[in-house]
Amino acid sequence: MNNWLLVCVLLITMGFAYQFGLARSKSVAAGGPGRMHSRPGYYGLLVALWCGVPALAVFMLWSAFEPNIIRASVMEYLPAEVVSADGSQLNVALRRIENIASGFGVSDQPAEYELRAAERMSAVQQTGRLSMYGLMAVLGVAGLVLTLRRITPNLRARNQVESVVKALLVACSAIAVFTTVGIVLSMIGEATKFFSFVSPLDFFFGTVWNPRFSTVGTGDQGQFGLIPLLWGTIMVSIVAMLIAVPVGLMTAIYMAEYAPGWLRSMAKPVIEVLAGIPTIVYGFFALVTVGPFFHGLGQMIGIDIRATSALTAGVVMGIMIIPFVSSLSDDIITQVPKAMRDGSLGLGATKSETIRNVVLPAALPGIVGAFLLAASRAIGETMIVVLAAGNSPVLHANPFEAVSTVTVTIVNQLTGDTDFASPQSLVAFALGLTLFVITLGLNVVALYIVRKYREQYE
Amino acid sequence: MENNLQRSLAAAEGTVGVSAAAKIKMTARDARVFYGEKEALHGVNLDIRENEVLAFIGPSGCGKSTFLRCLNRMNDTIDGCRVTGKIELDGEDIYDRSLDVVLLRARVGMVFQKPNPFPKSIYDNIAYGPKLHGLASTRAELDEVVERSLIRAGLWDEVKDRLDQPGTGLSGGQQQRLCIARAVAVSPEVILMDEPCSALDPIATAKVEQLITELAENFTIVIVTHNMQQAARVSNRTAFFHLGDLVEVDDTTHIFTSPKDKRTEDYITGRFG
Amino acid sequence: MNTTNQTNLQDREAAWAKQRRVVEQSLARRHAAERRFRGLGLSGVIFGLAMVALLFVTILAKGLPAFWQATIPVEIYFDPQIIEVEQRPGLLPGESAAQLREREMAWQTQLTMSNWNRLIENALLEFVPEAADSRAELRRLVTSGERFRLRDMVVADPSLIGKRVRLDLLADANIDVWLKGNIDRDLPDNQQQLSAKLRQWADDLYARDVIRMSFSTALFANTDSRSSLASAGLAGALAGSLYMMLIVILLAVPVGVASAIYLQEFAPRNKFTDLIEVNINNLAAVPSIIFGLLGAAVFINWFKMPLSAPIVGGLVLSLMTLPTVIIATRSALQAIPPSIRQAALGIGASKMQTIFHHVLPLALPGILTGAIIGVAQAIGETAPLLLIGMSAFVAAVPATPFDQSTALPVQIYLWQGNELRNFFEARTSAAIIVLLSVMITLNAFAIWLRKRFEKRW
Repeated sequence: MNNWLLVCVLLITMGFAYQFGLARSKSVAAGGPGRMHSRPGYYGLLVALWCGVPALAVFMLWSAFEPNIIRASVMEYLPAEVVSADGSQLNVALRRIENIASGFGVSDQPAEYELRAAERMSAVQQTGRLSMYGLMAVLGVAGLVLTLRRITPNLRARNQVESVVKALLVACSAIAVFTTVGIVLSMIGEATKFFSFVSPLDFFFGTVWNPRFSTVGTGDQGQFGLIPLLWGTIMVSIVAMLIAVPVGLMTAIYMAEYAPGWLRSMAKPVIEVLAGIPTIVYGFFALVTVGPFFHGLGQMIGIDIRATSALTAGVVMGIMIIPFVSSLSDDIITQVPKAMRDGSLGLGATKSETIRNVVLPAALPGIVGAFLLAASRAIGETMIVVLAAGNSPVLHANPFEAVSTVTVTIVNQLTGDTDFASPQSLVAFALGLTLFVITLGLNVVALYIVRKYREQYE
Repeated sequence: MENNLQRSLAAAEGTVGVSAAAKIKMTARDARVFYGEKEALHGVNLDIRENEVLAFIGPSGCGKSTFLRCLNRMNDTIDGCRVTGKIELDGEDIYDRSLDVVLLRARVGMVFQKPNPFPKSIYDNIAYGPKLHGLASTRAELDEVVERSLIRAGLWDEVKDRLDQPGTGLSGGQQQRLCIARAVAVSPEVILMDEPCSALDPIATAKVEQLITELAENFTIVIVTHNMQQAARVSNRTAFFHLGDLVEVDDTTHIFTSPKDKRTEDYITGRFG
Repeated sequence: MNTTNQTNLQDREAAWAKQRRVVEQSLARRHAAERRFRGLGLSGVIFGLAMVALLFVTILAKGLPAFWQATIPVEIYFDPQIIEVEQRPGLLPGESAAQLREREMAWQTQLTMSNWNRLIENALLEFVPEAADSRAELRRLVTSGERFRLRDMVVADPSLIGKRVRLDLLADANIDVWLKGNIDRDLPDNQQQLSAKLRQWADDLYARDVIRMSFSTALFANTDSRSSLASAGLAGALAGSLYMMLIVILLAVPVGVASAIYLQEFAPRNKFTDLIEVNINNLAAVPSIIFGLLGAAVFINWFKMPLSAPIVGGLVLSLMTLPTVIIATRSALQAIPPSIRQAALGIGASKMQTIFHHVLPLALPGILTGAIIGVAQAIGETAPLLLIGMSAFVAAVPATPFDQSTALPVQIYLWQGNELRNFFEARTSAAIIVLLSVMITLNAFAIWLRKRFEKRW
């Protein structure tokens, strides 16, 4: 039986169970002396849950373990040389056996052991499936009957249903936590594997990035120095912040303090469009428009500017985070109480004097928080630098030259054809861990500052 | 209550030293304020005399604060607010295009309802205005202005040892006196006070009231208050506003003892408001 | 007393006058500073707006022409003498399914070996009779993938053999580039991609309206192609993105909403929930590439899920979108005034009933808006997809979310790196236009929802 069909049957059964519960509670209510504790629908739901959920759990458990159980069951039929063969060969053999077992067949003459293994496999599969169906049916019926019998006016069906729903809600909110835990654990786990190849000292303080191709067996693995990548990241981010901070801040000030209503309601969403554009689009924009423009500009004034350089990537990234800086700063500037502005204006300060001397100092903590968030975004940005920074992991301080960054290198190391267990791939996780720690630090500090700031004026 | 009022009036009697013939500092003729389409103030005519303390009283929403804010054009900062009519300072129309609002506000200072010290040191709070307007050219001059203003605001002894600490760290009453000192530091000709004590406790209120009486020697003061006893205690003349109209203005003693208008009488005897 | 007052007054008036002069003197400078500051602010806004304009103008200018592609409408004669096709093999008695597939593949190979090119050449010769002795050259007018299109047509409908069919053949990518002027026509011969003869033919046929610029359905109907560049399309990428979008909608939205409901309405305020709160805010700011690493380590390496599959991409993007949905939902719930809750609780509803029957429906527009914006963000994301293997070339429309696939942003990434830049710069921009249109549509829908159902309390 198809899995989808099975789930459908289960759902339909639950529908019926609901109806039974509903009918039963009504008849109990009609015959009994007192009022029912809950509305009839809750009894229906309770019956449906008891009928369906245990069966569903069995189904999910079996589905999760079925492939492994079946695999294990046929292993004994395989000749020793196949079992001891490496993973892919074993998989081919198993795939053949599965095909024979399912009746699809193989194009050549199957070996004797394959036929026997296939026979065994389909037997295991059948008994497994049958017992699963049986168990599901028993559980379903048992749940249905027992719950129906429990329906009395005193049964607190609503509370029971609600606690199930609440458990579901809790489970959902745990996912976000598990994601963080997953990120941290997987990052640390894989990075630890990497550090078994390369010493952390060489990684964190190495000034040369030159990983060789992954050739298993040769001692030569190349050099994995983080510094050039980190420096590239910082250089690009600095350029980005040099663009985004002044433009974003001035935009925010203008929008919050000067712009007439129509301009504000027109320009604010348009500028925020910049934040919604996918980064790959910015990367392409940098590659085909901004890079050549800077290159041409460099030729005109006699400086050698590469089309793909820290400058190109940084400028485009700066454009990308303008709305980020401006809308956060705008929020924060607007939160500065009007009383503060009035105090200054009432003394005869001009608007710009008020903004520079009173509003901005008052908003400073929040704005610094916004800058930090923007910086964290710049550091973690990937596609723009992949396309426009030139990918040259060499330590230098010239923004007109190509650089490489942490994120670019992560992409390069994981999209090649290298073996996942080689240091060339694993280094991506060490880099990812570094990136995660840096951005997390920035975010925590920034969010803390912004939160404190909000509380100050609430 | 009755007793208190009597006593306050007796105190006020003494301060009515300036004769009724004193110079007119500001005048308003048919001043109207619109918020969008709605008229909030219906043609106010009022003279403010030099060196007097003029109190605006009236139930909330009567337009007294709105009118006060017209006097140094703080209403400009409110979107959709429009002022018509004529308001003059020393015979100059303050809504005239040629008049610079910066200069106007330097001459007509303002103290607000809630103490609003800047997030700066006490010293910088006071020095802010003089610095902006270039009133002190040297550090020594500035020091002097700060000290003089704080002394005038009766705050000097309390803060002279911690001038570099943030103004926001002071108590509410101290903050308000700091704001008054801040306004005084620019040496304005008129000081507008918008319910300066409404956020303060009674002791702080008493201090600020005393301060107002002292300042009246050198400044023209217009004060909005919802507290009639306060008006009686500190002001020479009182104007009563009701529903956007200036109902009556007269010497404080007259307003509280023999109001001409029924509405004024109802208000001061506590029938509404 | 009066006289002292008088002198006092005179002194003061003199001081005021002096002060007025000082302030007046500073006014010009201060107003100039005001104007400068204001101008600076305005230029910030203008810079931002100009960048939006520049970005869109660049992309549109480069991409719009690519929606029209050089095509050659011809009449193909499926000459039975050129293509000899056996009957498609059927299941023989006693044969296993695997054996049948083996024979079917042999049949297809044989089919592919047929000289489909000759059909194309014959059709083209009608327009360029003088090319009879340089058929191979002539054939290069048409992109190489078109012969497989003819083959697939016959596989689908063997009765076509012997018939004449009107068809729009896609011209070779280089022809398209040449005709659109995307290559310098004055380059010397040895730097041109096309031979002088072909260029001559192309110009000639274009002038005779045999080659036309017609709307490129290939862009939407075809999958990516490496051998036949002119027929490279977005079908696979669109399907992949659609699958991922569905997965994000099915996973991130309900889970996000549920967890927001718990955190906002039920969770006790303590250190632990504070931690969850901080955690979610941070998760929202974690770089997307980190989620890609998570996917590579957990889903690919640990759970052994298939590389490059939309299911993995969808899972990764769901985790990435989750915080956005949670934050949006929480603020939507927060915006519902407590009076609604109190009213419902007051008439004896349980907390759960209050929330699901009263609060949630009111918060729905806000929740949906946040969710849509999150989904739109997710489908534009590239970096995490590259890390779960989606940088591979895939030339098929994925039938299920478990098949290999690309996605729109990944396709853009792959195309921008293609060596035939003159052709693919436009093609990539066109793909970007498609991606942006999808995102703009989603966002417009979100804005419409917000406008339509917005309530002020």
